[in-house]
Amino acid sequence: MTYFSWNIVTDLRGMWQFEFMRNAFEAGTIIAIVAGIVGYFVVLRRSAFATHALGHVGFSGAAGAVFLGFNPVYGLLLFTTSGATGMSLLGRRASTRDVEIGTVLAFMLGLGLLFLSLYNGYATEAYSILFGEVLGISNSGVIFTLWAGVAVLVVLLLVYRPLLFASLDEDVAEAKGLPLIGLGLIFMVLLAVAISIAVQVIGVLLIFALMVTPAASAVRLTRRPLTAVVVSVSIAVFSVWSGLFVSWYEPYPPSFFIVSVAFAIYVAVRVGSHVRLRLGRPAPSIDRVASGHSSEHG
Amino acid sequence: MNHRSGLPSLSSHGEEAIHAEGLEVAYQDKLVWRDATFHVRRGEFVAVIGPNGAGKTTLFRLLLGLQRPRSGALTLLDRAPRRGNPIIGYVPQRHAIDNETHIGCESLVRMGISGHRWGPGLSFRRDREAAAAALAAVGASELAHKSLGTLSGGELQRIFLAEAMVGNPEMLLLDEPLSNLDLRRSRELVELVAGLVRSRNVTTLLVAHDINPLIPHLDKVIYIANGKVATGTPAEVLTSERLSALYEVPVEVLHDSRGNLVIVGAEESPGGEAG
Repeated sequence: MTYFSWNIVTDLRGMWQFEFMRNAFEAGTIIAIVAGIVGYFVVLRRSAFATHALGHVGFSGAAGAVFLGFNPVYGLLLFTTSGATGMSLLGRRASTRDVEIGTVLAFMLGLGLLFLSLYNGYATEAYSILFGEVLGISNSGVIFTLWAGVAVLVVLLLVYRPLLFASLDEDVAEAKGLPLIGLGLIFMVLLAVAISIAVQVIGVLLIFALMVTPAASAVRLTRRPLTAVVVSVSIAVFSVWSGLFVSWYEPYPPSFFIVSVAFAIYVAVRVGSHVRLRLGRPAPSIDRVASGHSSEHG
Repeated sequence: MNHRSGLPSLSSHGEEAIHAEGLEVAYQDKLVWRDATFHVRRGEFVAVIGPNGAGKTTLFRLLLGLQRPRSGALTLLDRAPRRGNPIIGYVPQRHAIDNETHIGCESLVRMGISGHRWGPGLSFRRDREAAAAALAAVGASELAHKSLGTLSGGELQRIFLAEAMVGNPEMLLLDEPLSNLDLRRSRELVELVAGLVRSRNVTTLLVAHDINPLIPHLDKVIYIANGKVATGTPAEVLTSERLSALYEVPVEVLHDSRGNLVIVGAEESPGGEAG
């Protein structure tokens, strides 16, 4: 193993002599890009809890696949896309129904536990699904991640503006003829695919760190949606790279470092915007319009 | 009262923007209102007034093509209503914007022109120019780069109006734009809307709780109550006789020295608090 030299390029070259590190960087980068973009819409649509829940739904899918002897990612994809389809067909606001989602989430986690207890290699498999195993991604895993990531990005490119419109101003978007349920479905399926591939890096329990935290930081740094997406992707990629980099020298799991970097950036952004608010800008006005008050058919 | 009752807009004499004949509408199988016959001429400024739940938003949903009437005929500029109609600019009552919405006003206004287009956007410059023009038209140019979450109620309504105006629509449907505003801001917004109606000949329907800030500018009132729809100039509709007939109970319309009116005896009074 090489030692930290302060020459980051040399250090990275050293790491990349090892296939598992190359795979980790490649898959991690693809996933960070996808998660950074999808995450922006998660924040905008207030679907953070649905994201968390889909991760748990994916857990039982992954555990079921392991039990049956398949690659866990297929179980993840099957369960998360089914869950996402169900959530979006339940209605426009289903992804914000905390109680129902939480109920299903707990059941799916229990189901996953059952599958794993039926399987012999219980502890290690459970650990890698729950917390990710970025250093264990195979060559075929990288290829799969690449194709899934490209598919998500192509669809996002096609629906970017209508999805942004429907997320930001639902009623006007509907009046403009946009299919709200269809867009919700497309978004949830994209989210499901993004989660399914991201689990390899970060695990179902830490999915927030890649899918929500970078975007939550980004929206506080810029008011332009496109810029926010770029910033969100940058934060996600930086978190993954620095997490992997540090984990090369330290005996602790890379997931921990990735989560910590994303969290540190988020805290810095929150503290920074608070300080800026205190120093330069006027205090928030109480005149802000209360939003989302229920619309009567009146 | 100094409203423009009965005076057709010169530029639009006789041209019908909305024609409704014997309309009957239901919401989820429940009758909302029926026997509605009215027309709105091009360039008219119309207030839609009535108690909560009377079916004012339902009228907008019909015009937007989001809902069909149970019976009767409805046309907009001689064509049937349809979803995604580019001649309509719409400001709904409900918005998903709160102080956690960290998006600039210009981005929202741009949605009004290109938000419904699929595929990657290649018209950044044209969209930006259109958004800037719409923001200028509502006197909100200085808000362009402010975050939506930091705006006051009055500022937000200007931005929504810009979003509705950005495609140069021929008709504006504004659902309760005044509901969160104090009296002074209400009057400012009404002046702004009235200015747009007159300068651009945009036919405008505005749902409101309180008719008083609107009275000086209105051409017509659509009063919806008790499953029925009454229309005419404010002087024709807002009378004790017409409203008593509409509600089927005695209703009195009182006038103060400055032209404000108060409606007494209806379940809710649009002179004060209703909608």
